[in-house]
Amino acid sequence: MTAIVSVKDLRKVYDGGFEALKGVTLEIEEGEILALLGPNGAGKTTLISALCGITVPTGGSATVGGYDIIESYRDTRRLIGLVPQDLSLEPFEKVITSVRLSRGLFGLRRDEALIEDILRRLSLWDKRNDQIKTLSGGMKRRVLIAKALSHEPRVLFLDEPTAGVDVELRRDMWEIVADLKTQGVTIILTTHYIEEAEAIADRIGVITDGQILLVQDTATLMRQMGRKELRIDLKTPVEAVPPVLGGYDLQLTADGAALSYSYDTNADGTGITALLGDLAKAGLALADIHTKQSSLEEIFVGLVHKEDAS
Amino acid sequence: MNVNAVRAIYLYEMSRFFRTILQSFISPVISTSLYFVVFGAAIGSRIDQVEGVSYGAFIVPGLIMLSVMTQAISNASFGIYFPKFIGTIYELLSAPVNFLEIVLGYVGAAATKALFIGMVILGTASLFVDLEIQHPIAMMAFMVLTCVSFALFGFIIGIWAQNFEQLQLIPLLVITPLVFLGGSFYSIKMLPPIWQTITLFNPVVYLISGFRWAFFGVQDVDVGLSLLAILGFTSICLGLIWWIFKTGYRIRS
Repeated sequence: MTAIVSVKDLRKVYDGGFEALKGVTLEIEEGEILALLGPNGAGKTTLISALCGITVPTGGSATVGGYDIIESYRDTRRLIGLVPQDLSLEPFEKVITSVRLSRGLFGLRRDEALIEDILRRLSLWDKRNDQIKTLSGGMKRRVLIAKALSHEPRVLFLDEPTAGVDVELRRDMWEIVADLKTQGVTIILTTHYIEEAEAIADRIGVITDGQILLVQDTATLMRQMGRKELRIDLKTPVEAVPPVLGGYDLQLTADGAALSYSYDTNADGTGITALLGDLAKAGLALADIHTKQSSLEEIFVGLVHKEDAS
Repeated sequence: MNVNAVRAIYLYEMSRFFRTILQSFISPVISTSLYFVVFGAAIGSRIDQVEGVSYGAFIVPGLIMLSVMTQAISNASFGIYFPKFIGTIYELLSAPVNFLEIVLGYVGAAATKALFIGMVILGTASLFVDLEIQHPIAMMAFMVLTCVSFALFGFIIGIWAQNFEQLQLIPLLVITPLVFLGGSFYSIKMLPPIWQTITLFNPVVYLISGFRWAFFGVQDVDVGLSLLAILGFTSICLGLIWWIFKTGYRIRS
């Protein structure tokens, strides 16, 4: 796999002195889905804006498809489709006219068959002659995607595609993204919905305070960072953790009916075997046991806080 | 040169115009007719002739200029301000287009609309008065140059404006007074000598005078000066646009 987007020490200081990007370095592989995860104001949108040409970076460099984003801006921008965070659309325009404009702006000849195909795939074909202002928020988001796809980009930036979108539409959006991936489009999406990154991204980049904290395979990240929790339901509630189990740092639920044990899957030993043996020694009868993987959300909060503390 | 992009912007802007073609057509017809009723019939009946031209015919070039200038400015300034206002400018900024191509698309469309309205007014006026255009080519050249230069100026205003008030400010406070005081409805030779001199500082005087010369062969100032004035104005606008392009002023942060 080769990097289609390569960012080196990219910096952006706004006129007011605010440093939005503090030297971002990032390689994005062709054909992957990368989720950029970060809190509000972390620099996600600034990074995308700089790569797309909306803001001018104040330092560092970046290439898309091997072209420099400043010197060969025409080549890089042709490769990039951008779906912005805000639903910026001309309210009185018809859907299809707006999509046609996008294709033209990118220097391509009209191709009605292609536009029909895009609109059909996004379930917009029936609405093609509707004024954009009459569409729902989810439909407007689709129009933005259609516009971005109209010039057949190889790299698609989706800036918070599911912000303020209901659960059903969010799943629709994920399907659209998965569909695009099968066509070989590289997708970079920003989000602060962690389940979203977990569900669709091949890799996750965590960005906070203008810096990339880490970029990793979603599965590896989950495995490496993931703490698991073992929950033990007891047949008969107890009032306190028996002293023989004192070494395990067990938490007892308020009603005394369950114990929870937190462990690290990457540690040399998880301590589960010993714990189960000691549970028997303590004379506790088990009703049920189950384990839970800590969510990316918890990992993320942990990472950001660790950074804050250092 | 991304020709397809220029064409796309131009056609998109024109489609907005064609969507409201009836309004675009009827409003200049009505306003021109009103001017003829007020100035032509009411006032014109008391002013017989100005420099050998009937008053009704005399005001035609001024009327056309008045509309062409305001239309070129408002179309171009609104054309580029609106995407800034609603946020769709992101697409222009992320497209493989340079500033020159953006200017060509927007200014070209605004100038075309202004030219269309100028021609509608000319057509309407010819229903009211006998018009004989002595220098048709010069007339078209003046009109096209005015459309283009004022559309360029409007584009600059649209880039500069940060709210709707600013968008209206210059057309309202600067352009309208200059046009009304620029001899649209009178020959500056009708003014007291001191005002004749002051008036010469109004650039619009040169445009209207040159345009009127193309119609009737009469002029307030030399036609060469008129041509120089409009070319000078165009150059200033082009220079400002070049500067905006270099600095990304109020477009690209």
